[in-house]
Amino acid sequence: MAFLEVQGLSKVYPGKDGRPVPVFEGVDFSVEQGEFVCIVGHSGCGKTTILNILAGLDTASAGVVIMDRREVAGPSLDRGVVFQGHALMPWLSVMKNIAFAVRSRWPEWDRIQVELHCQKFIDTVGLTGAEHKKPAELSGGMKQRVGIARAFAIQPKMLLLDEPFGALDALTRGVIQDELLRICAATRQTVFMITHDVDEAILLADRILLMSNGPRAVIAETVRNSMSAPRARHNMHRDPQYYPVRNHLVDFLLNRSKLYPGGEESRASAPDAPQRAAANVVHFRH
Amino acid sequence: MSSRDFWRATALSLVFLTVLLGVWHLATLPKQQASAANDEYAKLMGKDTKKTEGLPTPAQVGETAWKHLADPFYDRGSNDKGIGIQLAYSLARVGLGYVLAILFAVPLGFLIGMSPLMHRALDPFIQVLKPISPLAWMPLALYTIKDSSVSGVFVIFICSVWPMLINTAHGVASVRRDWLNVARTLEVKPVRKAFQVILPAAAPTILTGMRISMGIAWLVIVAAEMLVGGTGIGYFVWNEWNNLNLANVIFAILTIGVVGMALDLAIGRLQKLVTYVD
Repeated sequence: MAFLEVQGLSKVYPGKDGRPVPVFEGVDFSVEQGEFVCIVGHSGCGKTTILNILAGLDTASAGVVIMDRREVAGPSLDRGVVFQGHALMPWLSVMKNIAFAVRSRWPEWDRIQVELHCQKFIDTVGLTGAEHKKPAELSGGMKQRVGIARAFAIQPKMLLLDEPFGALDALTRGVIQDELLRICAATRQTVFMITHDVDEAILLADRILLMSNGPRAVIAETVRNSMSAPRARHNMHRDPQYYPVRNHLVDFLLNRSKLYPGGEESRASAPDAPQRAAANVVHFRH
Repeated sequence: MSSRDFWRATALSLVFLTVLLGVWHLATLPKQQASAANDEYAKLMGKDTKKTEGLPTPAQVGETAWKHLADPFYDRGSNDKGIGIQLAYSLARVGLGYVLAILFAVPLGFLIGMSPLMHRALDPFIQVLKPISPLAWMPLALYTIKDSSVSGVFVIFICSVWPMLINTAHGVASVRRDWLNVARTLEVKPVRKAFQVILPAAAPTILTGMRISMGIAWLVIVAAEMLVGGTGIGYFVWNEWNNLNLANVIFAILTIGVVGMALDLAIGRLQKLVTYVD
């Protein structure tokens, strides 16, 4: 059994006419320990809902999530979350924001232990010197780093990232991606991450889940990233695997993602639409 | 604001003050007696012509103020106490009623803010009770409590409670979902969540309610003390009106204004302490 098992997950919301509309259904996937998995799909396919269910912040209409042989039935310190909008408490300094999490994890620690632990993670994300600044005094990139440090600091079994770099400019995003890659490689952290950015997925993920358009979204394809690790942003595009993988992902997002049961075109008429059950695993080889 | 603007504004304020005092002075100058005959008549009648009738001049009020401020804490019986003592009585009533209101409104506001059910259940009561003039409660308070001084405290309580209650409930209800989710994923216990996440997040809104409450309480105490009598700055105003000592009345009015401003500034300071930039 894999470290994280998601089986038959679906989420149903009441529609306009009162009839229930599934946002996504029959979502199955697994994540191995130490694996970095990205999920990519258009807005409205329920990616954030899936992540929230994994975090325990939302409940599924059907299906189970099993992590480390235990069913996920609510939020837990075992799963660290980095939120889309950093979610730092603006009345606390950087250090205190992280300390708030650390104290939750280890309530028995004294002040010095907590501070030393926080400092280690502040240094890891490159925020040394900004310990006593309030979030309002930080740039967007620095705020998101604090969010990442806070999630890592509780040393969770799994990290959930909800489009953490969506609001950042390209330059800052690149720098933090490199940092995340470095920290994850060093800690062998298991990560599940939502992204819109195909290049981000190729750089970070070992495996990429592609979701079809909602409603009735499914995981249409699972793409194993065949580019050799360790990957780096500055020479990634020279890897012979880069363009095949990238083209496959872009092609899915632009063309194939709407051919599945919920997609608009398939509902109009698309006899050759792939069956949702037949989620094909694409494996690129050189 | 640059320091140049500050000095300009100050200078302009001083000009306005001078104009105000000038107009006041001219309007209240002792009237020239029309004729010598009248003058003689007045003397015959034993009236002192130097004594003005009507409103006192600024100088007279200034003189009265000086007298009061030189000895604010004397106590010569129930109708003759120093201004400091009268203010202390009023402030004590306001303080007591206000603290009781905080103890009642903040926890209840938390409950209403956290629970949509309680919000809906209690909303009709709040909507009906809120617009009632606090003085309308006075007869009921006097009848049930049977003590005029405590009734004054009750009136302050009832008028301060609503803004605090409504603002606390609103502040608590609108704490950002993200922060609550952070607390949830960190398995933060309810009490710790209330004090370390919700309270600091809602504090600026709660303090705004407390500031409004203090303003209302200070408005109401004067009227309440006029009604129940005995002690306090409101009673002082009413007593001096009965004595027809308008200089004392004007002095008391100015004192009420200055103290009210000081109270507002104090809470404003407090508000600044808990305000965060998001």
